[in-house]
Order: sequence, then C-alpha cells, then structure tokens
Amino acid sequence: MALKDIQSTGNKDTRSGFGDGIVEAARKNPNVVALTADLAGSLKLNQFIKEFPERFIQCGIAEANMIGIGAGLTIGGKIPYTTTFANFSTGRVYDQIRQSVAYSGKNVKICASHAGLTLGEDGATHQILEDIGLMKMLPGMTVIVPCDYAQTKAATQAIAEYEGPVYLRFGRPVWPIFTKEEDFVIGKAQQLSEGTDVTIFACGHLVWNAIQAGLQLEEKGISVEVINMHTIKPLDEEAVIKSLSKTRCAVTAEEHNIIGGLGDAIAQVAARHIPVPIEYVGTKDTFGESGVPKDLLKKYGLDVPDIVAAAEKVLSRKK
Amino acid sequence: MAELKAIASQIRRDIVRMVHGASSGHPGGSLGCADFFTALYFNVMKHNPDFDMDARDEDVFFLSNGHISPVFYSTLARSGYFDIKELSTFRKINSRLQGHPATHEHLPGIRVASGSLGQGMSVALGAALAKKLNGDNHLVFSLHGDGELDEGQIWEATMFAAHHKVDNLISTIDWNGQQIDGPTDKVMSLGNIQEKFEAFGWATLEMNGNDMDDVVATLNKAKSMTGKGKPIAIMMHTAMGKGVDFMEGTHEWHGIAPNDEQLAKALDQLPETLGDY
Repeated sequence: MALKDIQSTGNKDTRSGFGDGIVEAARKNPNVVALTADLAGSLKLNQFIKEFPERFIQCGIAEANMIGIGAGLTIGGKIPYTTTFANFSTGRVYDQIRQSVAYSGKNVKICASHAGLTLGEDGATHQILEDIGLMKMLPGMTVIVPCDYAQTKAATQAIAEYEGPVYLRFGRPVWPIFTKEEDFVIGKAQQLSEGTDVTIFACGHLVWNAIQAGLQLEEKGISVEVINMHTIKPLDEEAVIKSLSKTRCAVTAEEHNIIGGLGDAIAQVAARHIPVPIEYVGTKDTFGESGVPKDLLKKYGLDVPDIVAAAEKVLSRKK
Repeated sequence: MAELKAIASQIRRDIVRMVHGASSGHPGGSLGCADFFTALYFNVMKHNPDFDMDARDEDVFFLSNGHISPVFYSTLARSGYFDIKELSTFRKINSRLQGHPATHEHLPGIRVASGSLGQGMSVALGAALAKKLNGDNHLVFSLHGDGELDEGQIWEATMFAAHHKVDNLISTIDWNGQQIDGPTDKVMSLGNIQEKFEAFGWATLEMNGNDMDDVVATLNKAKSMTGKGKPIAIMMHTAMGKGVDFMEGTHEWHGIAPNDEQLAKALDQLPETLGDY
C-alpha cells in the first residue's frame, strides 16, 4: 500500500456519484424514495425520476417540511433520501432533524450536496463549513463524507441497508476518482498508505489533496500514513489509535471549520487514548467567499502545500 | 354517546391529577381537547393498541402540539396501549411519559417526538404518503394548536398537502384562541383560519370540540370526504381548560399545575367514571 500506486481513473463530481448510487439503491430496495426541495437537477436525480417517478417527491423550496415528510415516510417502512444543498440540509432545518428525525430515531437519509468551499462562486451563503459539526453532535446520527465519485456512489447504496439516520455529505466540483466502490464500508477507516512518521486523516475532497501532500512529503524522505476517514461518526477509533501509536503525530484535513469537524473528532480520540501533537487543516473559524474552488482552497489554507506545511510543523512538535 | 362522555370525564380527571402529581405540565389545552381525543380513539379511528410503529393497516394519529401530552397519554392508556398506573410517572425521572411525547423511551402509541411546534403536519404527510405508496387505505389524523399556526413550517406543509392531493389526511386545528402570552388575536392575529385553509386548497369543516355529538359527527363526515383529491382540515372550537370552571377560557392555565386545593376543586367537577389510576 503506497501513495505512488494510487491512480486517478477519471474525474467526476461526487454529486453524480450520489445520483447514480440512489438509482442502484432504488433498483435493489423498493422502499427507497427520494425527496427534494427544488434541487432535483443539482442533486442529479434525473435518472431516478425517470425510472421511479412514483417514488420521487417534490417538496418545493420548503426544506423543513421535507425533513418532516421524510420522518413520516419511515412510518410505513420507507427509506427516504432527502436532497438539497448542505446548508439547507442542516443549518436551515436543524430543529426538524433534531426532533423529528434524530430524537425520534427515524431512518431518514439526509443527502447534502454543494458542501464546503468548493461550491465556489455562489459564496458564503451557500458554502456551509459547519455542517459536519452540527450533524455529529446529534445523538444517534451517522455522518459520512465520501472522497470521490466512486465512494459517494458506494455510500449512497450502503446507507439504504443501514438502519438509522444518516447525514451524507458531498459536493459540486469535478474531482479525481481514485477509490473502488467495493472498498467502502460504513464506519471503517480506509487506509491509503502505510507510514511511520506522520498520519494524515482526511475526508471528502481533501483526501485527494492529502495524497498529493503525502507524495511531496515522501520525496522529502518523510514516511506518511494517509487515512481516509469517510465516516466521521461513528469514528473508527481503533484505526485512529493504531495509526497514532505508530506515527505519534497527525494532521487532519477537511473542507470544514476546524471547530467541530473531523479534526475535533480525531483530537478527542487522541486526548482520551494517546495524546500526541495534531495540526488542523480546515477553515479557521471563518466564512468563505465567492471564487473558483481552486483559488478558495488556496486562500483558506486547504491546498496541498498547506497540508505539507502542517505535516512539517507537527513533525517538529513531536518529541 | 353517554359512554364517550363518561370516558372524557375520566380523561379530564387523569389530566388534572397527572399535572398536579408532576407539579408541572399543560392542563389548559389538554382539557379542551379531551372530547376530541375520546372521539378519535374510542369511536372514529381504526387502530390497534398492540403497538406497531409502522401502523400498517390501521389509522394513525399525530399530535403536533406536543405540550398537551397529558390528554394524549391518558387516552392511550385508557384505550389499552399501556397500563393506566404508568400515568402517575408523568414528567418524572426514568418515565416513558416525557414532558412532551417522545419515541425515545418506547412508549406504545407515540410514533414521533413533538413539542417543538410546527413539525407534526409534515410528519403526518409523510405517513400519509407512505400509506399511499403501500396501498394501505387507512387514514392519517393530526392535531395542531391554533397558536402553532404561527410556525412557517405549517404553511409549507399545507401547501404541499394540496399540491400533492394528500386526501387521506384529516388535520384538526384546536381553535381555542389562546396561546402562552395571551389571546391569539393579541399575540399574532390568525385571521380566518378556515378561509386560509380553503385558500390553500383544502376541504374544511367546523365543529364544536366540546360537544361530543358534534365531534363524532364531524370526524365521521371528514372520513367520508377522504379520497376525493383534497386534504381535510377541521376547525375545532374549544375552550381551553374545558370541564374545570376556574381553568376555562383563559391562557393563564396553559402551562401551570393546580395546587392541592385547586385539584380537589377540579376533581369535584369531574365525575370518576372508569376508576382513577
């Protein structure tokens, strides 16, 4: 398992992985239904609507109602997938998710596209960077942030057969595809390389950046372990502890506020089991802005050189 | 009808005793809706006290204004969902009878948590759509406070229900004209609620929610109107605190418990008909 062996097999947006995955899930399971709040096109539901028109529910621009309807559909055995942008999937409807879904233990799949800075030009109103934190704080909520098209497709199918509320976060930009669908298991960290000097825990689009950073670090003679933490809750604590026991330091990388995201989740495991230095790559308690994704990642410190610099810093802190 | 009235009296006794026992809770709206709950669970709905969360092949009810949990709990216990002795645990630690209804403790008869207002109609819509998808011809009922109509989500749901022709849903509005801070006309004018529902594309009915004959007749009429392309809303006029003279018609008793003396006075007005818990 080496970083140089990881090849991109093409480029696609993760939301297309969702669109293709939900068709597969619906073909296999007749209880899968899709809801949207006027964003069927953006969530790539066209094929689903074509194949399963009776299982598609258009809610209009009314996200709170959509979440409630999702909760109600589970009473009667349906597996509702609610779809809209990440901001409207979480912050806008937090109390509906909290009471009608999470506290009520309903099997609703909250599927959120256009998460994070890579939404780009629409700007900070739409670029939610707090959603992972919001969702992982809810008791009983599973939080999944797949890294590429293939993994999003796999995760979209896997959650149909997984009992309980799920937050599935993906995005808009065209991004390298480098994982295999069959390698995705909910709650199981995906180890992409073995190393001994530093661990990089990443999720979502930043897994690819972490791989690129790892390659640069290896050129400098640093041995890097890259782990894709696609499931942020329940976190694969065993994998975290195992890796930290070996490398004794870590960088976390995510397209999210460093407050409340993957980094916090890793740090909590470290604090309880194996306190070692950690550096965070993520937005630093700030809102985003308009721009092309590449420029935004650079400006807000989520680019490959930022991960390299964080790794070098954390290595210098290691005793 | 006499039997239903006797049950409603017992449910009202349960309500004031539960709220007194917990030294907290919401007697006003609970007392006002006691006749509605009695009619629904003892006459109108086809339902199974051997609780099935999925509610297959039975009618289902959702309480959206969850703070009137005492009337819901008493009704469920009196219709066989759980032992009436459990009513004494209302709002106490380690109880299944939470301050507001919850599924978390697995109390039979509760299918979703409510308390944070405005969410129940959406959930009822989802359950109604699931029934349609499952080819299940049974009905979905929901209850909402009039103050609860301040919440925007209600109107999202109202619009959705008409657009999608959810005609297996009967939503009742407890139009008692009171909310926590005072009369609804002073806090947030609702205008003519019935005309609003009509304008949103619903079929509507009106009833006196404290006249058992009218409640039973109107609910059955609503049932006969289902399956015709429109959701149905019932404007239910009630008096908050109905059945206990000093609690009646005022928002003062929305969310406070009677003391020992007030309890005795209240129970004097409510005949014990089925045996207290």
